Amino acid sequence: MTKRVSYSLESTLESVNKAESTAVEAAAGAGFNEDDQGNIAMAVREAAVNAVLHGNAYDPNKKFFLAFETRDGSLVITIADQGKGLDPEHIPDPLAPENLMKGSGRGIFLIRAFMDEVKFRNTEPGTEITLIKHVGRKAANAKEESQ
Amino acid sequence: MKASSRQVSGVTVVDMSGRITLGEGSVVLRDTVRDLVAKGEKKILLNLGDVTYIDSSGIGELVSAFTSVRNQQGQLKLLKLTKKVHDLLQITKLYTVFDIYDDEAAALGTFK
Repeated sequence: MTKRVSYSLESTLESVNKAESTAVEAAAGAGFNEDDQGNIAMAVREAAVNAVLHGNAYDPNKKFFLAFETRDGSLVITIADQGKGLDPEHIPDPLAPENLMKGSGRGIFLIRAFMDEVKFRNTEPGTEITLIKHVGRKAANAKEESQ
Repeated sequence: MKASSRQVSGVTVVDMSGRITLGEGSVVLRDTVRDLVAKGEKKILLNLGDVTYIDSSGIGELVSAFTSVRNQQGQLKLLKLTKKVHDLLQITKLYTVFDIYDDEAAALGTFK
């Protein structure tokens, strides 16, 4: 059975917190354990921060969109902004020696670490990121595809 | 997010509690360390035992704090990481960058 819930949210930090808490509920509802719930919520938080801060740049005229869908034993989460777009091919590796001591740039790395699949789509304008977590599987190496 | 400072054996111990996330938590950490450095405090031990959550912004703030203190020829060390913070520092390869301790007395003894 497929179940989908979606939200349209303001470009604020309050919305980021709401996205995070909603993710915990969605993950619990999909049958994930407490550790996975926390990891999924962190991935959603990081994606929401990217949407609000880097995508929409806190523009009150821009929204970001969050959707949770459970299907075939997986939780599929999409987060879309209305910003200038993101090139996933050119995201610096935060583990590289020259980046290790930087004060930012770890959000997408953490998303990839905690989810099973991560996909980016340029929606012109904006970016949509899809996060997938399969129930009962540990996220060892997140697969990423650009569309 | 709350941060309170105390002096122990010439070291400033900052007891932090709550969430270090984009917005308030990161700002509290940044301002606290900036104020200490401005006052000439160069031996800082951040007690993260009651930090319940940290995001990438908070991790970045820890790195920036470490760098700013080191640039003033000071030392910033970490005390009592929760499992979550410990795991995040490990996967971001920062665990070996910081000096991390579980015991306050032992940590205090390592400052030069």
